[in-house]
Amino acid sequence: MRWLPEIHFERRLKPPRWLGPATPPIAVIVALAIGALVLWASGRDPVDIYQRMVRAAFTNPGAFSNTLVSATPILLTGLAAAITFRMKVWNIGADGQLMIGGVLAAAAGTFFAGQSLPVVMALMLLAGIVGGALWAAIAAVLRAYLNTNEVLTTLMLNYIAPLILFYLVFSSTSYWRDLSSQHAKVFPLAKTLAEEHFWPEYGTTVVVPFGFILGAVLAVVLLFLVRSTRFGFQMRVSADSPAAGRYAGIRTGRLLVVVMLLSGAVAGIAGASQIGDFSHRLEPRNLQFAVYGYTGIAVAALVRYHPVGVVISAVLVGALSNAGFNLQGLDLPLGLIGVNQGIILLLVAASEVSTRYRLVIGRRGRDETRAPPDGESGSTAVVDGIGNERPSRGADS
Amino acid sequence: MNESLLVDLLTAGLLYGTPLVLAGLGELLAERGGVMNLGVEAMMLMGAVSAFWFVQSFEGPARLAIFLAILVAALVGMAMATLYAFVVITLRANQVVSGLALLILGGAAGLSSYLAAVGELAGPAGRHRLPTYDVLGLSDAPIVGPVIFGQNVLVYASWILVALAAFYLYRTQTGLHLQAVGEDPRSADAMGINVSRYRYGHTIIGGAFAGVAGSYYTLAIQPTWIDGITAGAGWIAIALVITAFWRPGLLLAGAYLFGIVTSLGFTLQARGVDLAPEIFRSLPYVLTILAVVIVSRGGGRGRFKAPAALGEPYSREEA
Repeated sequence: MRWLPEIHFERRLKPPRWLGPATPPIAVIVALAIGALVLWASGRDPVDIYQRMVRAAFTNPGAFSNTLVSATPILLTGLAAAITFRMKVWNIGADGQLMIGGVLAAAAGTFFAGQSLPVVMALMLLAGIVGGALWAAIAAVLRAYLNTNEVLTTLMLNYIAPLILFYLVFSSTSYWRDLSSQHAKVFPLAKTLAEEHFWPEYGTTVVVPFGFILGAVLAVVLLFLVRSTRFGFQMRVSADSPAAGRYAGIRTGRLLVVVMLLSGAVAGIAGASQIGDFSHRLEPRNLQFAVYGYTGIAVAALVRYHPVGVVISAVLVGALSNAGFNLQGLDLPLGLIGVNQGIILLLVAASEVSTRYRLVIGRRGRDETRAPPDGESGSTAVVDGIGNERPSRGADS
Repeated sequence: MNESLLVDLLTAGLLYGTPLVLAGLGELLAERGGVMNLGVEAMMLMGAVSAFWFVQSFEGPARLAIFLAILVAALVGMAMATLYAFVVITLRANQVVSGLALLILGGAAGLSSYLAAVGELAGPAGRHRLPTYDVLGLSDAPIVGPVIFGQNVLVYASWILVALAAFYLYRTQTGLHLQAVGEDPRSADAMGINVSRYRYGHTIIGGAFAGVAGSYYTLAIQPTWIDGITAGAGWIAIALVITAFWRPGLLLAGAYLFGIVTSLGFTLQARGVDLAPEIFRSLPYVLTILAVVIVSRGGGRGRFKAPAALGEPYSREEA
C-alpha cells in the first residue's frame, strides 16, 4: 500500500521503564478523546456531557457509592479474566459463569431462610463458587482433554446460561420462581431474599458493598497466588512457553483445568454478589443485558492482568458505566460506554507491540539488520483454529 | 414427515443459514490467510444497523434503497475490518484480545447500539425488505419450488460466492498464494508474496461479507431494530469455519443445518408442539459446542487441519 506512510518496527532489547505504567492512562485518555469525537460527530456537546459524567460518577452526593456498585461485578469478572488471560487461556465465559453462580446462590439464599446472616452469606458464596466453577468446567475439560477451542465453548455457554435463567423464572414453575401471590403467578418473578439476609454494606458518605471488599481481598490473594506459590510459578511458565512447561514436568492439562475452575469460581462469586448485594433475587433480563463478563475483560486487559491493578481499573470503568446509566437517554445513548470500553481494549492490545518494538514511521526499512537473537523469540505460542496451543514453527512438534 | 413441514424447515434453514454462509465465507478467507477475526459479530451488527438506517432514511425506489443499503453494510464491515487489520497485522497485537475489543466496540452494547439510538431506529418496521424472486416461474413447484426458485437475491448471491470462493482458493494463483500465506508466511514471503497485503486484503473482504450478512437480518429476517439482533450468529459463523475444515462447500452445508436448527422452535411451535421456547433457542449453541468438540476430536489432522499460521502475526525481522 504505497499511499500509506511506511510503518515498521525495530526490535527493542529492553522496554523503557515508564512504558508499562504509562499505557493504561494513555489508553483511557485516547479512548475518551475518540468518544468525544463520536459524540461531537453525532451532534452532541462532548465537554458538557463529560462534565456531567464526572459529576454523576464522582462528585454528586452518593455518586461515588453508585460507582462502587457498578465496579463490584466487573471487579470480580475482571479478576476472573485476569487469571486465565495471564495464562493465555481465553475464558470469555465469565458472563455465563456469573449467571449460573447467581442461580445457585439465589437458591442457597432462599432455601436456608432460617439461618443467620453469616451462615447464609457463606452458603451463598459457596453456591456461587460451585455454580461458576461447574459452568467453567465444561469448557475447561473440553479444552484440556479434547483440545476444543475454549473461546467458542465459553462463548456459546454465555448464550445458553441466560436461557436457563429465563426458563427457571419465566417458563417453568421451578424452585426459583415466586408463586406465593396471584400477582406473581401472572407476572413471573424470582423469589426474593429475606431482608435480614441482604449482604451488608459499610460506610456512610461513601457506601462500600460487601462484594467490593471481597473482590479487593481476592485481588490480593490472587496476586500472592501468582507471585509466590508453586502453582503461580507453573502458571507463568506454561503461559510463556507451554513446551518448556511440559519439559519441566508441569501437567499442563490439569493446570489449565484448575485455572479455568478458579476463574469460573471468581465469576460465580460475582453472581452471588449480584444477588446478595444488589438485586436480592434472580433477575434474568438485567443479568443478560449487563454483559459484566466482557466488561471484565476490558477491565483486566487495561492493567495487563495484574490482579491488584484490576481493583483500580474496575473503579474507573465502573465510574464510566455508572455515569452512562445515570445520563442514559437520547442525549447520551448507552452504546457510548461500550464504544469507550472497546477502544480502551483495542488500544491496550495494540500497545503491546510498543513494549517489544520501537515504532519507526517514514524511514525505509533496513532489511539486512537483524535483531540480535534472544531467548524470548523462540518461545511464542500460538493457538490454532481448534485450540491446540503449540510452539511456533521449528521449536518442536 | 409431511411435505409442508419439510418445505418449512428447508426455507427457514435457508433464511437463517444465509447470513451464516456469508459471514462464515468472509471469516474463512481471512483465516485462510492466517488472520482470525473474532469480531465477526460486531461487524455483522454494524452492517445490520447501517443497512437499516439507510433503508429507513433513503427516499427512492425500493430496489435501489435495498441495493445501496447492502453496499453501505459492506463498506461499514470493511471499515471495521480495516481497523482490526491495522491492529493485528501492522501492530501485531494479540488476535484474541483485539477481536474481543472489536466485539465490545461495535457489539450489542457498543457502537451499533449507539447508532441505533442516535438514528432512533428502534420500533418502526423496515420500509423495505429484500424481495424474493420467482426464478423461471418455478417457485410454485412442489418442495424445490419455494426452496430453490423462490429465494431473495442474497441467497442466490451466497451460492455464487461459495462457488467463486472454492474456485478462487483452489484454482487461481492468488488463491493458492493466500493459502501459502496462511500455512507458511515465511516461505510465502521468500517467494515474493506480500504477506501483509494478502492479509489486509482478505481480512477487509471478510469484513464486507460480515457486513452484508448483518444487513440480511434487518433487510430479510426481521426488518426492525433491536440491539444485538444477530444473537450470536457471528460466533456460530466462526465455529462453522472450523467445523467445515476451512472449506467453502462444507461451510454452506453446515450453515443450512444450523439455519434449520435455529428455526426449529418457530416451525414446531407453529405446529402446536408445546415445549419451553428456551429449549429450542439453546439448540444452535449446544449444537455448535458439539460440532466443535467432534471436529477437534476427530479431525484436525492431515489435510483437515487449520491453516498452520492461523492467529500468528508475521514479521520479517523475527525468527
